[in-house]
Amino acid sequence: MRRRYVVAGIGHTAYGRLPGRSPTSMNVEACRAALADSGVDRSVVDAVFVKYPSSGHVPMYGQKVAEALGLQPRVGGVLDQGGASNIGQIAFACLAIEAGLCDVALVTFADGPKSGDRQVFARSRGDDAPYGWFGNPAGYAMIARRHMEEFGTTGEQLAEVAVACRANGAANPDAQLRKPITVADHQASPWIVEPLRRDDCCLVSDGGAAVVVMSAARARELAVPAPVPILGFGSGQTSWEVPLRPTLTTTAAVQSAATAFAMAGVGPGDVDVAELYDCFTIVPIMTLEDYGFCPKGAGGKFVEGGNVSLGGELPINTSGGLLSETGMPGMQHVLEGVRQVRGTSVNQVAGAGVVVVSNQGGIMHTHATLVLGR
Amino acid sequence: MTGDRDGAGPGEALADLVARTPLNAPYWDALAAGRLDFQRCRRCHRAWLPPREECPACWEADWAWETASGRGRLVSWVVYHRAPNPAFTDRVPYNVALVELDEGPRLVTNLLGTESVAPRIEAPVVLEVQVDGGLALARFRLGGHTR
Repeated sequence: MRRRYVVAGIGHTAYGRLPGRSPTSMNVEACRAALADSGVDRSVVDAVFVKYPSSGHVPMYGQKVAEALGLQPRVGGVLDQGGASNIGQIAFACLAIEAGLCDVALVTFADGPKSGDRQVFARSRGDDAPYGWFGNPAGYAMIARRHMEEFGTTGEQLAEVAVACRANGAANPDAQLRKPITVADHQASPWIVEPLRRDDCCLVSDGGAAVVVMSAARARELAVPAPVPILGFGSGQTSWEVPLRPTLTTTAAVQSAATAFAMAGVGPGDVDVAELYDCFTIVPIMTLEDYGFCPKGAGGKFVEGGNVSLGGELPINTSGGLLSETGMPGMQHVLEGVRQVRGTSVNQVAGAGVVVVSNQGGIMHTHATLVLGR
Repeated sequence: MTGDRDGAGPGEALADLVARTPLNAPYWDALAAGRLDFQRCRRCHRAWLPPREECPACWEADWAWETASGRGRLVSWVVYHRAPNPAFTDRVPYNVALVELDEGPRLVTNLLGTESVAPRIEAPVVLEVQVDGGLALARFRLGGHTR
């Protein structure tokens, strides 16, 4: 599969507060922009994969978006892996094209939780509600506390992740949040669910983003101006609710990265830039460990001293990530990964040849990895 | 049931947050009688919480309720500083912890005794059933096992 498929186009809406925009409308806008970026005509698109919107999910949502696009695709729908779905569906698109189910796929996501319904982020966790166990931040906080107690990870190290992402968002004209912070600022931000502070938590955002996927051969036939090769992809699913997991500090990101790196024929040492899902600051720290950039437990040390900032050894989240660019679940990381390989990022890493992108869903329940590069 | 919103408002009962089902009724009844009960598979002897219909290890639906000794260890904990739900507006800051029973099952709970004992992972804890907001809850006190 290595280099047989490409991301041929990327597109997105504005990020932030977009009142009055339905998720379907935002999906159409993102797809329009992605298709224009790919240079191909809509007549060749025959697959539409959609990650469903938390603020407006209806059954067969993939078909609703296909209708809004005026398409009758050969294949498509909604693959629900939570925040891992975008890479999950890019992988599915590659497999579908490889098997002859389709030729050119749109993979798209849009949601409006900032202006609309964000109840899903605060829902009770079953029979544990009487103990006050609610919401996504608490699940990540439970994981973060265990990581801090087992390995000595500190609040200042969590801050380093936020500082790096916020600096990159500040330089990104499309970012929702463009205010850099210092470690001291982060440490002064109020607790949400201890040990996580407000500056450890991602944005809530309206917006959409999409990609066009096709074979490398097709991209040559169609004269796509800037196709970016997909070197590899993988997935892994921890699956169990946080309280039930045998370990809180390692996840199936390990298998996901191993699969993707094997397909790509690269290892962590070959990676120039990492776009790492950052719903909460603990996640990039654990992802760096699980991907093999450093030993388990050493992720806190790895992000110190500017090591993951733009000028550092391994720049992460170069457009700002969920912490600063937009809170959408992961497609923004794919888009930025494509820009880095193309050389068109506002925070371009010189000579970026191999980029790894992580997406994950639930409370680290699902994970997907994408490796892009020349 | 209260429709879209998750159960209770300020001052309302914690009991309103729980949906009682034929499966979990024995669990909540045991707590009301001061016991923490969990299911154990008769085929493969795996034990688990929360209640489920089939054994997660061998997929059989042949299990029995067993009473916990009440001893366990602390796996992790968090402290809420913002109420995630109106029923907890008057309770912040409060902790939620993850405890593993000696018998194996894990459960979400609240820690008692944190004013005098600093929580540490792997610390021993002991069950203390408390009635709160109209519901008997399985809470755990930090400290060595005294039974």
